[in-house]
Amino acid sequence: MTVIEMAKRNSTGGPDECPCREGMFPRIPQGRRALLLGGGSTVAAGLANAVTAAPTSAPPGAVWYETPPDPTKVQGRPVGSDGGYGTRSQFESAVRRVYSPANLYTSGSLTPLADMIGNTTPSGLHYERHHNGVPTIDPTRHTLVVHGEVRTPKRFTMTDIRRLPSVTRRHFLECSGNTYPEWLAPTGKTVQSTHGLLSTSEWTGVQFSVLAREVGLKFEGGWVLAEGADSAVMTRSIPVEKLMRDAILAYGQNGEAIRPEQGYPLRLLLPGFEGNTNIKWLRRLEVSDKPFMTREETSKYSDLMPDGKAWQFVFEMDAKSVITFPSGEMRLPGAGYYEITGLAWSGRGRVSKVEVSTDGGANWTAASFDNSPEPICTVRFRLPWMWNGQKAVLLSRCADETGYVQPSREQLLAARGANAYYHYNGIQSWYVAPDGRITNVAA
Amino acid sequence: MSPLRFVYSFLLVLVTLARGASVRADPQPIALPDLGQAITEGDLAGYFAIPPSGAGLPPGGGTPAQGELAYANHCAACHGDKMQGMPALGAPALTGGRGSLATGKPIKTVESYWPYPTTLFDYIKRAMPFDAPGSLTNDEVYAVTAYILASGRVIESSELIDASTLPKVAMPNRDGFIPDPRQH
Ligand code: HEC
Repeated sequence: MTVIEMAKRNSTGGPDECPCREGMFPRIPQGRRALLLGGGSTVAAGLANAVTAAPTSAPPGAVWYETPPDPTKVQGRPVGSDGGYGTRSQFESAVRRVYSPANLYTSGSLTPLADMIGNTTPSGLHYERHHNGVPTIDPTRHTLVVHGEVRTPKRFTMTDIRRLPSVTRRHFLECSGNTYPEWLAPTGKTVQSTHGLLSTSEWTGVQFSVLAREVGLKFEGGWVLAEGADSAVMTRSIPVEKLMRDAILAYGQNGEAIRPEQGYPLRLLLPGFEGNTNIKWLRRLEVSDKPFMTREETSKYSDLMPDGKAWQFVFEMDAKSVITFPSGEMRLPGAGYYEITGLAWSGRGRVSKVEVSTDGGANWTAASFDNSPEPICTVRFRLPWMWNGQKAVLLSRCADETGYVQPSREQLLAARGANAYYHYNGIQSWYVAPDGRITNVAA
Repeated sequence: MSPLRFVYSFLLVLVTLARGASVRADPQPIALPDLGQAITEGDLAGYFAIPPSGAGLPPGGGTPAQGELAYANHCAACHGDKMQGMPALGAPALTGGRGSLATGKPIKTVESYWPYPTTLFDYIKRAMPFDAPGSLTNDEVYAVTAYILASGRVIESSELIDASTLPKVAMPNRDGFIPDPRQH
C-alpha cells in the first residue's frame, strides 16, 4: 500500500464530522456525540446518523445533568457531589480519535487540535501511540533499575524517585509519524488527522543528571538503553549526552500523576526528541558504549531516502507550525472578521517567528504570540483577518532560534524523496472556498 | 577502643558541640541524596537487550527446520503461512522486498531492510507472539529466528542459530543505514 492509499484509508470525516465554528460560538454537541466512546472512528461514523434526539448521556470525561431552562431559578449541584474529582462540562465533546484501526493495540489516537484552547493539552486529550496497549502498573511495585557502565547499579522505587530533587518544565511531544499522510499530497481532512500526534504538557520529575550521580555514571559519552514495562517491552538507545543535557524521568503531568496512557508511573522525557524515544512505563536504563540497535531504531523510526539508504537516530523534531482555525472541514459562516490561530513548535529551541499568508504564500505577515515562547514548547500564534468572502489559501510557516525555517512540501520532497515516512514538517495549507468551506490543499 | 582513639573521639565530640550553632546557621549542601538500593548481577536476570555483538544471548539454539513448526504454531496466524503479513491485523510481512528500497515502492522486511540479525532474536523474545509476548523458550526463539532468516535466503536451510552463530549472520541491508545527517 502506498503512503497515499494508507492515508486515504485512515482518514475519516465528511460533512457529519464538520467541526464548524458557526459565528465563533461554541458548538452544541449533537446526540450522537454522546455515543462516541473513543473507539474506532468507523464506529462513530456508523452511528452518526442513527441518533438525533437530545443527549441523555455525557461525552467521555463528562457527567450528564438535566439542563434547567433558567439556572438562576433552581439550586445548583451541592459541593462534593462529583466525589471530589471534577469533570469537564457535558457540552464539551472533543475526543481523541483513532485513524488507523487495523490493530488497536499497536496504534495511535490523535489530539483534537482544532478544539484546543491556549497552549496546554488536557491530559485526557494528549495523543497516544502504544505498541501493545496500555499496561496497568501498581506504583508500589514498580521500580527503575539503572545498570551497565555505572559504579553502583541500583534499583529505585517510586518513593526513592519522588524523594530526589525535581524540576517542572513545559514541553511538547510529537510522534515522528505525525503528518506522514501529507508527504506526497494533501490527504487528511481535519487538522486532528493531519497534525494531531502533537501535544503539550507541563512535566515534573527528576533530571537524569541527578540519577547519574546516584549510580556513578562512568562516562559522559556512550548510549543508554531505555526500556518500558509494557507488553511491547519498548526499547530505544539514547545518547548519554542528551540524557545529561535535559532528560527528565517524569512522574507528573499537568499537576497530577502522569496518565496511564502517558507512562504511569514513570516515563522518560527527552525534550525535542521524536515521541517514541520518550519511553513510557520506564523500568530500566542500561548504560553502554554503543547503541543496542533495537527494532524501533532500525526497522521503524528510520527515514528511507531515495537512494535506498536510511537515516538512523533521527532524534530532534524540526520546527513546524499549523493553522488550527480555520482548518479542514470547518465552514466560515460568512465574510467578516476572524482570528486565524494555530500552533508552532521546534525540537531545537524556542520558536522565534511565525508568519501567516492568506493568499497562498504570495504575501506573509508576522503573527503575534498568545504565550511567551519557551524552549522546546508549542506557542499559540494568531493573526486578525478580515475575510472578504473570496477564495483564500491560508498558510503558516515558523522559524526557531537556531535560524531554521519550516520548509514547503516541495523542499522536503526534493531533499528527502517520497519514502521517508517519518519527520514530515512541511508547510500546511488550507483552502477557503467562497461558501466558507475549508479543505486541505496544495498551496 | 584504644586509649588514643578514645581521646580522639572525645575531642571530636567537643569540637562538634562547639561548632553546633554555626553548623545549623550555615548548612552544608547535601552532596548526594544516596537513594536507591544497590543491586547485583543476579537482580538483573529477568532483563535483556541484545546488541549487535551478541552480548547477553542466552544458551540454546535452533535450526530452520525446528523453527518451521514453531512458526506455524505461534506466528503464522498473524504473519501468514508464507510470511507475507496480514495488513488487516497490522502484522507486517517478514520476508520479501529485497532490492526494492531504492524504488518508488520500497518493501521493508527483515530480509530487505533489517541491518542486524541480533535485533530479530531480541524483538521476538521481547514482543512476540504479539498476543502472548515472552511466552516462547529460548530454543523456540532461536528456531523461529533461523526459520525467518532461511525463508529470506539470508542463511542456509540447515544452519544452526545460537549465541555464537547469530551475531555473524550478514544481513543483506547491513550497510543500508547512515546516522542522521541533518545540519543545524
Ligand atoms: C496476534 C498476532 C501476532 C502473532 C501471533 C505474532 N505476531 Fe509478530 N507482529 C504482529 C504485529 C501486530 C506486529 C507489528 C507490531 C508493531 O509494529 O508495533 C508484529 C511484528 C513482528 C515483527 C517485526 C516486523 C518488522 O518488520 O518490524 C517480527 C519480526 C515478528 N512480528 C515476528 C513474529 C514471530 C516470529 C511470531 C511467532 C513467534 C509472531 N511475530 C507472532 C502480530 C503478531
